[in-house]
Amino acid sequence: MAVLTHHEVDIPGTYVFDGHAAMKGYALNKMCYSFNSAAAREEFLKDEEAYCRKFGLNAEQTKAIRDRNVLEMIHAGGCIYYLAKFAGIFHLTVQDVGAQQTGMSVEAFKKMIKAQGE
Amino acid sequence: MARIIGGLTTSHIPAIGNAVPKEQQLRDDPYWKPFFDAYPPARAWLAKEKPDVAVVIYNDHGLNFFLDKMPTFSVGAAAQYQNADEGWGIPTIPPFKGDPELSWHIIESLVADEFDITSCQEMLVDHGFTVPMSLFWQGNTYGDVKTIPVCINTVQHPLPSPLRCFKLGQAIGRAIESYPKDLKVVVLGTGGMSHQLDGERAGFINKKFDLLCLDKIVNEPEILTRLSIHDLVKEAGAQGAEFILWLAMRGALHHNVKKIHSSYHIAVSNTATGLLVLENAA
Repeated sequence: MAVLTHHEVDIPGTYVFDGHAAMKGYALNKMCYSFNSAAAREEFLKDEEAYCRKFGLNAEQTKAIRDRNVLEMIHAGGCIYYLAKFAGIFHLTVQDVGAQQTGMSVEAFKKMIKAQGE
Repeated sequence: MARIIGGLTTSHIPAIGNAVPKEQQLRDDPYWKPFFDAYPPARAWLAKEKPDVAVVIYNDHGLNFFLDKMPTFSVGAAAQYQNADEGWGIPTIPPFKGDPELSWHIIESLVADEFDITSCQEMLVDHGFTVPMSLFWQGNTYGDVKTIPVCINTVQHPLPSPLRCFKLGQAIGRAIESYPKDLKVVVLGTGGMSHQLDGERAGFINKKFDLLCLDKIVNEPEILTRLSIHDLVKEAGAQGAEFILWLAMRGALHHNVKKIHSSYHIAVSNTATGLLVLENAA
């Protein structure tokens, strides 16, 4: 079996979070992991940019966070399991996040999911 | 001797964790009814069999483990396990009893069997563990059941192959059935079925593939162990690769099993849900 990397995975619209991505996204994911703690979430909301600096996010990662852009976060090495904790701060569900990434409204995204059972 | 009486699999979607405490009110809710309607037969089987121990094969989603240290296979060896804030509001529920003596027996047996796992004397268990326990032991009535968490990495690739996970399950089966105490053990495999949370393909579900897995895992699991992780990501979605947890559960059971109950539903949240109850043949 060929070993595929983050950038080579041949399934359209799919990203494999591998060692390459894990190195690239370490700071971003570490920051998002910190959001397991309510105190960390509060600290982030008080001064987002300062919190990103504290974890050493690069410009691409900081911009993705500022823009709340999940696809950009993934391109910057983000892993969805940690990014979900970032989304949680804003009470966004995985369906909101799915809608954003697919460019659909949340209603259309939910319909698309349900339709796959029909 | 300890005896594995059977295995259960269920999806562990966080949204279920939030719905479970409200199951009575949601019973007639059109969104939740088809999901919750599937569970009474599984609960009835557990109520009849009364297992002493549940070995829960699950994946951590960034509560206990981070990328600084990411074990492929880890086994809990604590007297008690708790869940905690995961960042998006899952409720904290009563702690789970452990069985350190059985844990260490399993750890020793696995390492002797060439599975060099990570042992954990402290381990927070996340929704991958807690949601199935709350679903199967309604009202969090799992207080009399001792638990052994077995965590498989699905966060950071490379993930262990379906075949490797099946063999881990077989080794867990050998470990349990060589334990000298008279215990009735169930093995849970959590997660799945097809779903993808990330990327432009988010929302991908594959009913045909799920139904094939749900069918083959009963009597011909070996066929499914020929799949690669890449096959699973392609056919079941990026997070559908969690099916390796089901295969690990299946590996722990005997070759001959009896299917007590199964169910499939599209969807809860972004995920096709699957439920399976298998009883070990004598």
